[in-house]
Amino acid sequence: MTVFDIVKTFGLQMRTGKDRLHEEVTGGYASDLLSDVIAHSRKGNIWITIQTHPNIVAVATMKELSGIILTGEREPDANTIQKAEEEGVPILVSPLFTFELVGRLYQIGISGMSP
Amino acid sequence: MMRTFRADLHIHSCLSPCGDEGMRPCAIVNQALAMGLDMIAICDHNSAENIAAFISTGHERGLTVLPGMEVTSKEEIHLLTLFDRQEDCMVLQDLIYQNLPGENVEEVFGCQQVVNGRDETIGINRKMLIGATLLPLEQILSVVGSLRGITIASHIDRQAFSLIGQLGFIPEGISLDGLEISIRTSKEEAQKRFHSYQHFSFVRFSDAHHLEDIGENITHFLIEETTSGEIKMALHHQEGRRVVEQ
Repeated sequence: MTVFDIVKTFGLQMRTGKDRLHEEVTGGYASDLLSDVIAHSRKGNIWITIQTHPNIVAVATMKELSGIILTGEREPDANTIQKAEEEGVPILVSPLFTFELVGRLYQIGISGMSP
Repeated sequence: MMRTFRADLHIHSCLSPCGDEGMRPCAIVNQALAMGLDMIAICDHNSAENIAAFISTGHERGLTVLPGMEVTSKEEIHLLTLFDRQEDCMVLQDLIYQNLPGENVEEVFGCQQVVNGRDETIGINRKMLIGATLLPLEQILSVVGSLRGITIASHIDRQAFSLIGQLGFIPEGISLDGLEISIRTSKEEAQKRFHSYQHFSFVRFSDAHHLEDIGENITHFLIEETTSGEIKMALHHQEGRRVVEQ
């Protein structure tokens, strides 16, 4: 499954990284503490969070995540968008809150466990 | 004799990964003097390795530089810590270094340069200074207190990495010395928004990452001399010391 498949399935709003949507999604990780994401997310994971500041792009780049989904209709900060465009990190926005979105992602086969 | 001193006690040097390359001792001290400041503090993320160079440069040019750090708690809350003595700041740095996992990824977060008083780079810090320590908020407050330092919650008006952003509220009975309001929020707006926290002193500092930010957001203190001890008394309205409203 690719980032594009997820965008299509849930009608997510694309904010950045439109040319990186073909990336394979290896699983999912949901957390709002950056240190926790650094410690436990895995390469290719889609990351679900409510944090909107530029450091999320740095973490996604460092961990080689396939994309970031902001929940509850939160919008990325202006400098987050700029940094994400530079780094080629897809940022997507969902109106759903984290619990609901993660549940639906799980239903279409995105897992939090190692493949 | 008490008088009013102009202070910007939250400035990052080139040791912070997000700090601009040009944030070096002579450059920062000159800019602070040009902005008419009486005292500054260098508060890099989770490290105080540039403090000695800044204090000596400040001393040569007649500007007080307090040793400090911006510590990231386990809850990812940024806390400004300030001291009078470098030794006390270094005790806190030792504790932080024992509780700060990870290595910096320079390409992603930025370079972390250790400098001397001539603005020359003399080393690179390899720790992931932008990361969170394993130390809970309460422990940082109690350690800083036991070292006779000051703890101020950074930029509480911001969502990212602030006490209120991360916890949603300020826990009761917490031994904080003050709350910092960033340049993004006006004094009037801050008073309205944080009305319920008025028992704390509000301070405004620049959180400068670039030279031109220095002195753009400052606090006036009515104190006897430019020490951390006097600032602490002002934050707690002791013996006539106080924050002067502008």
